[in-house]
Order: sequence, then structure tokens, then C-alpha cells
Amino acid sequence: MATKHSRAAARLMISPAVLLLLGWMIVPLAMTLYFSFQRYNLLMPGMEEWIGLANYQYFLTDPAFFDALINTLLLVGGVLVITIIGGIFLALLLDQPFFGQGVVRILVIAPFFVMPTVSSLVWKNMFLNPVNGLFAHAAKALGLQPYDFFAQAPLASIIGIVSWQWLPFATLILLTALQSLDQEQLEAAEMDGAGPLSRFFYIMVPHLARAITVVILIQTIFLLSVFAEILVTTNGGPGTSSTNLTYLIYAQSLLQFDVGGGSAGGVVAIVLANIVAIFLMRMIGKNLEA
Amino acid sequence: MARQVKTSRKIAFTVIAWGVGLAIFFPILWTFLTSFKTEADAIADPPLFLNFHWTLENYTAVQERSDYFSHFMNSVIISVGSTLAGLVIAVPAAWAMAFVPGKRTKDVLMWMLSTKMLPPVGVLVPLYLLFRDAGLLDTRIGLVIVLTLINLPIIIWMLYTYFREIPGEILEAARMDGASLKAEILYVLTPMAVPGIASTLLLNIILAWNEAFWTLNLTAANAAPLTAFIASYSSPEGLFYAKLSAASTMAIAPILIMGWFSQKQLVRGLTFGAVK
Amino acid sequence: MGSITLEKVQKIYGNVEVIPGIDLTINDGEFVVFVGPSGCGKSTLLRLIAGLEDVSGGTLKIDGRDVTDIAPAKRGLAMVFQSYALYPHMSVRKNIAFPLKMAGVDKAEQDRKVEAAAKVLNLTPYLDRRPGQLSGGQRQRVAIGRAIVREPSAFLFDEPLSNLDAALRVNMRLEISELHQSLKTTMIYVTHDQVEAMTMADKIVVLQAGNVEQVGSPLELYRTPRNRFVAGFIGSPKMNFVEGEEAARHGAYAIGVRPEHLALSKESGQWKGTVGVSEHLGSDTFCYVHVDGIGTLNVRTSGEVSVHHGDTVYLTPSEANIHRFDKDGMALR
Repeated sequence: MATKHSRAAARLMISPAVLLLLGWMIVPLAMTLYFSFQRYNLLMPGMEEWIGLANYQYFLTDPAFFDALINTLLLVGGVLVITIIGGIFLALLLDQPFFGQGVVRILVIAPFFVMPTVSSLVWKNMFLNPVNGLFAHAAKALGLQPYDFFAQAPLASIIGIVSWQWLPFATLILLTALQSLDQEQLEAAEMDGAGPLSRFFYIMVPHLARAITVVILIQTIFLLSVFAEILVTTNGGPGTSSTNLTYLIYAQSLLQFDVGGGSAGGVVAIVLANIVAIFLMRMIGKNLEA
Repeated sequence: MARQVKTSRKIAFTVIAWGVGLAIFFPILWTFLTSFKTEADAIADPPLFLNFHWTLENYTAVQERSDYFSHFMNSVIISVGSTLAGLVIAVPAAWAMAFVPGKRTKDVLMWMLSTKMLPPVGVLVPLYLLFRDAGLLDTRIGLVIVLTLINLPIIIWMLYTYFREIPGEILEAARMDGASLKAEILYVLTPMAVPGIASTLLLNIILAWNEAFWTLNLTAANAAPLTAFIASYSSPEGLFYAKLSAASTMAIAPILIMGWFSQKQLVRGLTFGAVK
Repeated sequence: MGSITLEKVQKIYGNVEVIPGIDLTINDGEFVVFVGPSGCGKSTLLRLIAGLEDVSGGTLKIDGRDVTDIAPAKRGLAMVFQSYALYPHMSVRKNIAFPLKMAGVDKAEQDRKVEAAAKVLNLTPYLDRRPGQLSGGQRQRVAIGRAIVREPSAFLFDEPLSNLDAALRVNMRLEISELHQSLKTTMIYVTHDQVEAMTMADKIVVLQAGNVEQVGSPLELYRTPRNRFVAGFIGSPKMNFVEGEEAARHGAYAIGVRPEHLALSKESGQWKGTVGVSEHLGSDTFCYVHVDGIGTLNVRTSGEVSVHHGDTVYLTPSEANIHRFDKDGMALR
């Protein structure tokens, strides 16, 4: 609904944003693609040459790649499951009438605002450390052997930390969605003879479906590129047991200075992310139509 | 009609909810408390909760040794700078899409969102090299540029959802009343959108403040914001719990407070208006 | 002055012809109502006149001046929107003064005009409130005030009363009519409510699917509808239509009789039927009578008549007021 005049103005107003994002996408992408076909190591300047698909062959056949792929999926999937199930329970709890709702809400939301490097270091040292961590103290008090989390279960520990950071986000969104549920619908269901469990599964869960979709979408975007949490806790180890794709490519490029190999890894990561993205965009696209 | 809630039920839920809330908040609380302990008290077994010797020495130590304030200023400049730059680009774009939607508006919005799906690590290498060649590595301006671009889609989306709630009829009324495009945006749209613009600002400062991929990879010493400052405590200083806690408290306190103020907007902002 | 002329005005969205081409003349000082069911293009037509949409073809003239490609602000028109479209962040005073401010009128003159408009519209006590603190009727008056101060050559109203409750709607209808009497400025008023059209208009334009079905005074449309659509749309309750044998007897494909033109008797009459529902309104009684071979007819009788469900009654149409239509729905004269 508009006139020629306003349409022309609109085109002018939107172009800076479009051009910047286009440049931001295309220039580095093209460079990544170009480097991925080169032998290019920052430690060996002047040795650059075209080597075709060798970087890809090397990257994809590296056992570390397969490990990293599995770890990435476990990390994303694990955190999603924990935060969504936990988030639903927390949202249901916070939706009940109790004293001090506002304060508890603030307490629950707080971890989301803690920067990843801080939360990782605090958890690593002050809670999970096998000698001085609070969990170790607790284990000793109960007469148990302290558990060395990052040595025994590095990936699970990272999943735990990341879940702690994202649980508030899922909770807040699900709670908001829950509160937008029409009370009359619940009362109608109650009049129709639905018990609390039926009301939950037949009225609340379908109502939350859209919010859950959104949580999955947003969290997946961020979880695919978890980085700082790994960097400051395990450095991807022991071995590759807590290396995800992002960290693997980082290590290849900036620790081993292998620009070619890192770029090939980057292209692989982009392709994989796009497969996930197409799937996710369909989901949110449908939701935004509604 | 709100129903009468039994007091006993309410008390039970109060106990459970506070228990869960405190458990989730506990790591932050513990960090805060530990920051006032001596190093010996910090690792005491059994742990000391409140009955320890309170001290501020950790805060002065952190400032002296790692120059907290310069990192703090870097964080402020980078997060505020990138958000303001993003707003300047995003406001006109969001106006155009919200009030003069065309056939492709939805596609453009989706495409913008899809740039967020691009894994940062996929373009790490070229960006690192471009920055090295342009002399932007470890500079504040370099990080402002990167963070502006990565948060631009979110800023545009947020503004778009806020603008769309402003009825187009009001802008048309202004046009009928003789307002030019400039007057329409200046006197009518902007005052009405102030709450939306403010929450967009707030949320994006938080996102930029906590961003920990580019800030870690593109800075060394000069432009390092608080994310990188804390990462330097990874080891072996991490074993000095009291100092780590003091540094952590200082790194998260400003943004935690801002975050609490913006929690309502957080939901809409991060869900692109899909959940309100 | 405010005469408005439309010549073959067209509006096409993509492949959809919303308005295939309209010719219409609105004389200076007339109160013209565009009426039709929702989706008939009446609001689009108003927005084309306002300049909020580009016309796809044809020309639009105001006082003989071609304004087809002129910006809305420069057409000298004022518009009152369905949602009132008040600026929520400005006080009532500033809302009303906004068009004056945009026109660069000096401050003292602005104040004088705002005060004058407020006085006419009984808004003086509310001048320093925000629109959010006003009732629906008051907001409506502010929107009208904002239009008045521009001293436009014509007022455009886009379903201005549809957000008000029934009682307030009647009041505002009278106020707008009175305003027209005192200002004598051209007004174009869009509504889907034929009662508003009948009560307010000097001239009614009945629209359907972007086409003008008929233009005329309220009574012309009531007495001599050009086709079945207009006959059914104008008049309340709706006209009864009868097809088949009875219509053929009158030499038509269909005949129409308004409820007020049917006489009801308990003893004798032309058509025999059974009462389905009777609605006693006090002043009137409406009976829905099932007549064999004809269908259900709505009859208006005086409030005193006592008929009930199941009663057998006789109906007689007033021959002079029977409307006859051909197979295409056009009126036969």
C-alpha cells in the first residue's frame, strides 16, 4: 500500500543495509573458497600454490573431523534437549502463583547475561576442579572420590556449562508463551473434563509449539559456533574428545597457521550449517506467516 | 476471573521456586562472595559462606595487574559503538520494510536472518588476513566494524517488529496533514518508536558485550575487551579463585544489571517478534 | 471550493482489478457517501482521492485542477481515519495543531485556530490530555478537529464511526451532519452501514466489486433502485425477493417487495403463510412468514399487532411498490 514516491524512498533507505550485508557475506566467503584450493601456510610464506581438492581430502579424512562432527551434534543436541525440557518445567513453575515472582525471575534469567568466558572459567575452577572445586568438596564431605570432570567427561561438562547459560533463555521464552495462553481455553478444557495432565498435553504443549520452534532455531544458530567455552576449559581435549567443528577449524587456521586447510574446513562448516539452516528457515518461515 | 489460590499451595510453590531460582543463580552468587575472600578462604574446605574475612584486596589486585579499566573501556566502546552504528544503518531499512512493504520484503528479511546462520569460523581466515593487511587487528575500530555487521540483522529485525506495531494510518494521517517524509519520520515515527529503539539498543549492547568469538580471535592486548581479559585468567591465574572472582564480577556486573532491565524486550528481540 | 471529478479512475494491484474504471462527479458542498459491502473498493477509492495510493489509470481533478500525480499533502484535503490515527505522543492541542505546524502557520494563529476548533467540538477541557486518556467519541472529535483546522476543500471520512458503540454512533452521526450544515464543505464519507448512508448523504454512491452500481439521493435509491443489488442493499430490513410463478405473473424474472410494503391480516389476503418468528420491537413488529411456493417473507407491521409462532396469516403486497427485475437483475420500468 504505497505510492511510487514512497517506494523510491524505501529503496534508497534500505540499500545501505543490504549492500553492507551483501559485502560482509560475499567477500570473505569468496576468499575462503579461494584459499581452500591453495597450499597456504602462514609459516611458509611464498609457497602458495593451487592444489585442487587436496585440502578437502585432508580435512575430511582426518579422524579429528569425524570426532568434531559428532561432538558438534552431541553438543547442540544435548544442550537443546536439556534446555527445552528444563525450560518447560521451569516455565510451568514460574507461572504458578508464589511470593517473590519478580525476584526469582531475575535470579533465573541471570546466567544468560554472563559472558561465556566468565561462566566457563567459574565453572571450571570453582565448581568442577577436582581438588578445590565445590563439587569436589561436596564429594569428600560425603566420603566419595572427587570426580575429575574435564578429564573424565570433558564434552558432558561443556554441555553442562552451555546448558546453564541457555536454560534461562529457553525458560524466559517458554514462560512468555505460556502467559500468552488464553486462560479461558484452559477453563473450557477443565469444563470439558480434562485433568491437569490432559490440559498440559492437549492445550499447553500445542500452544508452546511455536515458542519451542523459535528456541530451537535461535539456540542452534549460537550453539553451532560454541567456541569460548571450549577455548578456556579444555582446549578441545583431551585429544579431540571435546573439539567441535568451530574449534577444530580455529586450531587448524590460527594455531597451525594452515590457512588452506582451515579454509577448507570453513567451507565444510558453511555447507553443514546451510543444511541445518534450510531446515530451520522453513520452520521459522512457516511460523512467521502465521 | 482470577481464582482464589490456597495459601498452603502458594507457600509450597514459593519454597520450590525460590530453591530452584537460587540453585540456578548460585554460581553467580558464589563468585560474587568469593571475590571478597582471601585466597586461602576461597579454597577453604568446608567452604565458607558468609563467615569469612571480607576484603577488597582482590579488586585492587585485579586492576593493578591486568588493568581492568582499559579493558572495560574497550568493552564499552566496542559494544556501544557497534550498536549505534548498527542503528544508524538499520532505522531507515526497518522503516522501509515496515511501512513500504513490497513483494520481496519478506525474502529480504529472511536473507538478512540467514547471514546470521553463516558460521563465523567459516570466514575466520579471510577476515583475519584482511584485518592483518588493513592494520585493523587488535583495534577497537576493527571490532566495531565486525560487531556492527554481525548484529545488523538482529537490529533490523527487532526494529522492524517494533515499527510494524505502529499503525500505518498514523503515518498516513501525517502525510495528509502536510508532513514531508523527513517531518513524518522526525515528528511522528521516531517519538512513537522510542521505546522500541531503546530496547533494541539495550539488547544489542548486551549481545556485543558478551560476544566471544571475534573479540577473542581479532584482539591481543590493545583492543581486548572484557571477554578476552577474562580469558587470560584461563591458567594458571584461574587457580587464584578470589582474584578470578573479582575479575569476573567486574566483567559481568554492568551487563547483568542492564540485562535485568531489558528482560522483557529480550524475548521479543531474540525471537524476532515471534514470541511476545 | 471543493468539487472533485473522477475520470475513468482505475486501480490495479498486480493482476487484480480492484477498481476497473470509475467516472464520478462530486459537487462543491455535497455530502457524498460511498457505501457497499466490505471489499467493494470504497476505501480504496477514498484513498485514491486522498493520494495515499497511486491511481493505475485515469485522472482525478479537484476544482478543475489535475491532481493525479500530486502528493496527498498538496491536495488540500483532510482525512478522518477509521482508527482516528491520532499521534499518541502529542497532547490533544498538539494533535490538532500538527497540520498548522506543518504548514508553517505562526504560533499565535495556531493557538487561535486550535481553541476555536476545540470550542466547536467541546474539547476545550481536554486540550492538554493525551489521546490515550480520552474516550472513543472524544478521540473521534480530536480527529475531526485536526481535519477542520486545515480548512480543507473537502473532508474525507473512512468508516469513522465503526469503532464506536451503537449509542455514540448515533450521536456522532448527528454531529457530523451538523458540522456539514455549518461548514458547507464537501464531505466524502465511506461506510458499509446503509443506515449511515441514508441518514447523512445528499448523494449516495453504491459500490460493488469496484463498480458504481448507482448514484443518487437516498430516496431515489430507495424508490427506484437500478438493480437487485441496490434494491437489496438499501433499505432496512432488506427487501424480500420472490422468483418463479408469482414474478412471472408480474411479467418479471423476480419481484421485490419491501417489508413495509406488505400488509398483514389474520383473515384474508393474497398469500397465505405461517408465522415462523415474530420480533416485537415496541414501535414495530417484524414477522418472518413462511409462504407456500414463495419462501420466507419479512413483514413489517405496527407494534400493536399480536402474532405468534405458528399462526396462520395472510399477506398482501402493495401493487404500486412492487419492484420488477429481469434475469440479469436489472430493474424493469
